[in-house]
Amino acid sequence: MTGNSDGVFFLTGKDFANAGSASSNLKGILEKRGIPAEIIRRASIAAFEAEMNVIIYAVAGMMHYTITPETIKVVLQDMGPGIPDIGLAMQEGYSTAPDYIREMGFGSGMGLPNIKRNADKLTINSVVGEGTTVEFVISLERSGR
Amino acid sequence: MKLFELVESLSLDVKTPGADLTREVTGGYVSDLLSDVIGHAPEGAVWVTLQAHLNIVAVASLKGLAGIILANNRVPEEGTLKKASEMNVPVMTSGLPAFELVGRLYALGLRCR
Repeated sequence: MTGNSDGVFFLTGKDFANAGSASSNLKGILEKRGIPAEIIRRASIAAFEAEMNVIIYAVAGMMHYTITPETIKVVLQDMGPGIPDIGLAMQEGYSTAPDYIREMGFGSGMGLPNIKRNADKLTINSVVGEGTTVEFVISLERSGR
Repeated sequence: MKLFELVESLSLDVKTPGADLTREVTGGYVSDLLSDVIGHAPEGAVWVTLQAHLNIVAVASLKGLAGIILANNRVPEEGTLKKASEMNVPVMTSGLPAFELVGRLYALGLRCR
């Protein structure tokens, strides 16, 4: 399959029953396009972490994806508390997750670093009290990595 | 090694009837932090954990893991088993503590890769 495709998944905060399904669906779409497994692996990790951040921290949000022959771009926009210090949030191990989230094995402060490690480009914009937009791009061209 | 062979040699209790136990297990991973599993577990691995809530199923499915083993007689939540059946992710339990369980998996030849 060639050409561009795009779509959106809606995410509801604290909806742990469906958490991960947007990332699973995106993975399925990438597989149908015949994208190499290693790239799907990286995209799935980044998408899952970003999706979980919305579920854990925000009231609601959406995951919008655009796939072209050159790139996979995923944008997560949420209505959440915002991130006061993005530099701090990017530090491995730093987390503001409450105890019950940590007990579930989330909130270990590895989410944003995991996204950064697996994406070719990561952009975070956040306004405290309004929400956060996380955008990551993964290159499909060989020169991408 | 096939999953059913593993089930047999470690006397695991399969909690998802009808799950595909013919899947090849190509490695192992142990962790209770989901980001750690998402980031590092190798595809085809069997995952040992104490987490029993339903998000472990999404993690295993996304990573293409061969199955999940709950250590120390952890009881999977009802929602976990429902989700696991839907997504065809085998969930098993063992009375062994995670350390013991992983030691036996290693002795059976499984590695983290």
